[in-house]
Amino acid sequence: MSKVERKYVVPGDVIAEGDYVPVSNAYSIGEKVYAMRVGLCELDGNKVKVIPLSGPYVPKPDDVVIGVVTDVSAFAWTVDINSFFPAFLPASSVYGRRFSAEKDDLRNKFDVGDTIIALVAAFDRSKDPMLSVSGPRLGLAPAGYVVKIEPVKVPRLIGRRGSMSKMIEEASGCKIIIGQNGYIIISGPQEGAALAMEAINMVEDMAHMSGLTEKIERFLADRLGLTAEQPAEQAQAPVSEKAAADAAAEPQEDRRRDKDSLEEKRE
Amino acid sequence: MNLIDENGLRIDGRKLDELRPVKIQVGVLRNADGSAYIEWGKNKIFAAVHGPKECHPKHIAMADRAVLKCRYHMAPFSVPDRKPPQPSRREIELSKVIREALTPALILEEYPRTAIEIYVEVLTSDGGSRAASITAAAAALADAGITMRDMVVAVAAGKAQDKLILDLCDEEDKEGQVDLPVAYMPNMDQVTLLQMDGFLTREEFEKAFNMAKEACKEVYKVQREAVISKYFGDSTPKIKEA
Repeated sequence: MSKVERKYVVPGDVIAEGDYVPVSNAYSIGEKVYAMRVGLCELDGNKVKVIPLSGPYVPKPDDVVIGVVTDVSAFAWTVDINSFFPAFLPASSVYGRRFSAEKDDLRNKFDVGDTIIALVAAFDRSKDPMLSVSGPRLGLAPAGYVVKIEPVKVPRLIGRRGSMSKMIEEASGCKIIIGQNGYIIISGPQEGAALAMEAINMVEDMAHMSGLTEKIERFLADRLGLTAEQPAEQAQAPVSEKAAADAAAEPQEDRRRDKDSLEEKRE
Repeated sequence: MNLIDENGLRIDGRKLDELRPVKIQVGVLRNADGSAYIEWGKNKIFAAVHGPKECHPKHIAMADRAVLKCRYHMAPFSVPDRKPPQPSRREIELSKVIREALTPALILEEYPRTAIEIYVEVLTSDGGSRAASITAAAAALADAGITMRDMVVAVAAGKAQDKLILDLCDEEDKEGQVDLPVAYMPNMDQVTLLQMDGFLTREEFEKAFNMAKEACKEVYKVQREAVISKYFGDSTPKIKEA
């Protein structure tokens, strides 16, 4: 791997001059490459990109997102996915081709206020994003707390190959489901959830720093050391592998079922 | 009114080409997507950005870009006499002027069919509030993560008692001869707003304009530092939710 150089930039900063190719959140005029967002600039070979530190969630096909149902019509649900467009979940995604607008009441599946885990099936900015819940671990979200972080910081929370979220899960004894849109579901015992929330907020605050994993690791170790008995012991208990496997195998009807986390699937 | 004394100093003790102190803080409002607070002389101004978000009413949405909306508003207590809270003619005009000064810096094509809203709230007003508003609003837009070509900074130049002056305060604005606000993209080296109220000769204009442009570069340093310190400043305490 070539050496990657990083620096802090704001829009308009000249990040490179010469034979460079702007990859993301950067643009070039003549020889100069400028930043378009606040963030960390990376020069990798002749490629220039800016990793943004703020900004809206832009839906991308195949992203797993967490959304809240805001409206139900005869044919589709409208879902808030923390983006600038409301997402659209067609009834056929749930009922298949046998869907009949007369016979099926969409409210029996998801009602207004329900939190769902879904996949962005299609989005191209000219139409509202379309979701799908057909797939393993998609559908109604398990009971838990919903935490919101800035969407651009989601990759840091997942960490390299899911290392960060896995670490928080293990320390808190909670299951953490991360939507690419910045919504996160924490389900598990209350003390663990509080710890997980604190850790997640820390990740959000320090997303631009290096050595973040170690910092969070130390924080979690400190916390578990202080309240020695409770969370540490519970850490292994509720998330037995069997329960997780059962959950994954179950059909979508069961509203209270627990779910396995998704982040390993998408790194 | 004597705006410039025999020593060549202005009524607030500044030299002819001296800026008032400028302080900017970014990310001050929790419920906005991006925000900034600026203190420029006696001006105290908040700028907040919402969006991109769904565009309402739907018929004003554009298929290929975002709609930029801007509201410049002065609080009733921002001036010595109570200002009625409804938008006045001047506020409507300034809203338009600020919007048009910021548009060239934004890449609105990134967010088609959406709206981006800028709210500028003047708490205490002094001369040059449009310049301060533009400067704060640009910082708020960067904070909101809107894609931008460049930042925008604005400074006014002018003329009083036949002398060119920089960064007019309220009295100089009212009693002086010329007000020349300039908004400028420092890295692109492009001007996004140029207004003039009064008369200048061609030479005077060149001089005043360049003075304002150079001052913009100074203010840009403060503005850039404010954005950087919100995101990367470990020493500055972050404004936490109350």
